[in-house]
Amino acid sequence: MKISREDVVRVAELAHLGLTPDEIETYRAQLDGILTYIDKLNELDLTNVEPMAQVLYTPATASARESHPELRDDTLRPCDVAGSVLERAPDAVKPFFRVPRVIDR
Amino acid sequence: MSAATAWTIAGVRAALQAKQISARELAADFYGRIDKRNAELNAYLTLSPERAYAQADRVDAAVARGETLPPLAGVPMAIKDVISTRGVRTTCASKMLENYIPPYDATAVDRLDRAGAVFLGKTNCDEFAMGGSNENSAYGPVRNPVALDRVPGGSSGGSAAAVAAGLAVAALGTDTGGSIRQPGSFCGIPGLMPTYGRVSRYGLVAFASSLDKIGPFATNVVDAAVVLSVIAGHDANDSTSAAVPVPDYIGETEKPVQGLRIGVPEDYFGAGLDPEVREKVQDGIALLEKLGCRRVPLQMPHTDYAIAAYYIIATAEASSNLARYDGVRYGLRVPGGTLTEMYRHTRERGFGPEVKRRIMLGTYALSAGYYDAYYLRAQSVRALIARDFADAFQKVDAIVTPTSPIPAFQLGEKALDPLQMYLADIYTVTGSLAGVPGISAPCGKTKDGLPVGLQIFAPHFKEGCVLQIARALEKAGGSTI
Repeated sequence: MKISREDVVRVAELAHLGLTPDEIETYRAQLDGILTYIDKLNELDLTNVEPMAQVLYTPATASARESHPELRDDTLRPCDVAGSVLERAPDAVKPFFRVPRVIDR
Repeated sequence: MSAATAWTIAGVRAALQAKQISARELAADFYGRIDKRNAELNAYLTLSPERAYAQADRVDAAVARGETLPPLAGVPMAIKDVISTRGVRTTCASKMLENYIPPYDATAVDRLDRAGAVFLGKTNCDEFAMGGSNENSAYGPVRNPVALDRVPGGSSGGSAAAVAAGLAVAALGTDTGGSIRQPGSFCGIPGLMPTYGRVSRYGLVAFASSLDKIGPFATNVVDAAVVLSVIAGHDANDSTSAAVPVPDYIGETEKPVQGLRIGVPEDYFGAGLDPEVREKVQDGIALLEKLGCRRVPLQMPHTDYAIAAYYIIATAEASSNLARYDGVRYGLRVPGGTLTEMYRHTRERGFGPEVKRRIMLGTYALSAGYYDAYYLRAQSVRALIARDFADAFQKVDAIVTPTSPIPAFQLGEKALDPLQMYLADIYTVTGSLAGVPGISAPCGKTKDGLPVGLQIFAPHFKEGCVLQIARALEKAGGSTI
């Protein structure tokens, strides 16, 4: 068994997901099957293989402009969506989003 | 396809210029078709007639003034519901975003808008683009217009079904592990995944940021090329979009394929491949040989590890990207006594089972003690798969494979076993991990009349080559092979 009920509960907590007892068992069994399959990755010798986080990644050189033409200049641009974002928020008092009290005083 | 559904982009343009129809009348005609078919197909989640008619009126005014029309003038299009549309509800097929209205357009959408397209509405998909059957939508599955008891594929099932059923002339989909190519294959239309970075992801609701791509569905390869040429190109709002010039894709589709070397990796024709799919794809390859392509046998030894690597990387990125749905800034909020309770209730209620499963898997893979064993290992395997492609492209111009090991399956057939569903992505996730462009081109039908797709990969930014081969196959009668 790759993954226990306790593992599932811990992961659900990390991910802020509430799960019912039935869901815990369903996900445990399914994740166990998936992780067992994923063990395939252990068949390969990965010594000296650099992990690849991003395709088409170009390392930066001294001149970022030349090595990274896709990057724009770091200048301020107007962003006028704050009003419409707050209007559609679940609970907002301009200019803030409102959430349950976090700190008791 | 019946005569009534046979609009192409060039056909729309000619009809508008000849004043045989106005853009408004054309939009109304498509809304009429949607009215008749959508209850059954469930391809559209939201219709946007207000925006569509405003766009159509702009085109009609340009026609009246005798102006040169932009490339997509008056073309009725559908947009997958994970792509942001200003003022038009964008749900990601999730309860989490049931009432979410984006305040801005995705760059790809903005470019279509400027090119004169008419947005009919937003299409159904697997929730947050996670799935291969469209059965993970919170708003019900889509039916395949070719066979109503079958899935249209996923995750861009609604976009594929809408185009295949003549409810849009073209559509945008998104592809993370096969979500354009596989539904294209299941519904019998071309579906193109561009190179990673070819089309801006700005405004695409993120699933797996190192894998997500926006691309077109159309009824024919030339139309897919037209849409790609509109949406491709660098965007200052997406630092991963590439500053690489956009070639003339339409011109590329007309080039002869004589002399092109097409690699056929034997690793894509092993156990698990449906015999009828195998036969059709082999017929498609034989047809390409007849057109002058040279067949080169290939080995891509890490193919068998792609699913395992993909489902770690994609879910890890998803668990991080979907952390933003916490009830604070947009979308669903379910109240709780504390902030943490609010997060938990919101996410419990807002996400469907597949999304939760992937968040759990990704969170596990990134959690302390497992990061090296799963996430880093998967990234190293990704490097090996990318190397398989780089090595292959030393010897060949393009790689041809089946798109999916099986044709469209029955609704409900695979819904209970997530691993079996994941394993069906075997031929598409490889190219996703390598970031290369790929298309699914129609390649005959099974005895039951289910479409088969032939997948074509080419090196980074060689969409032109992919389109060229797909177009040659299409002209030579590939869809009825």
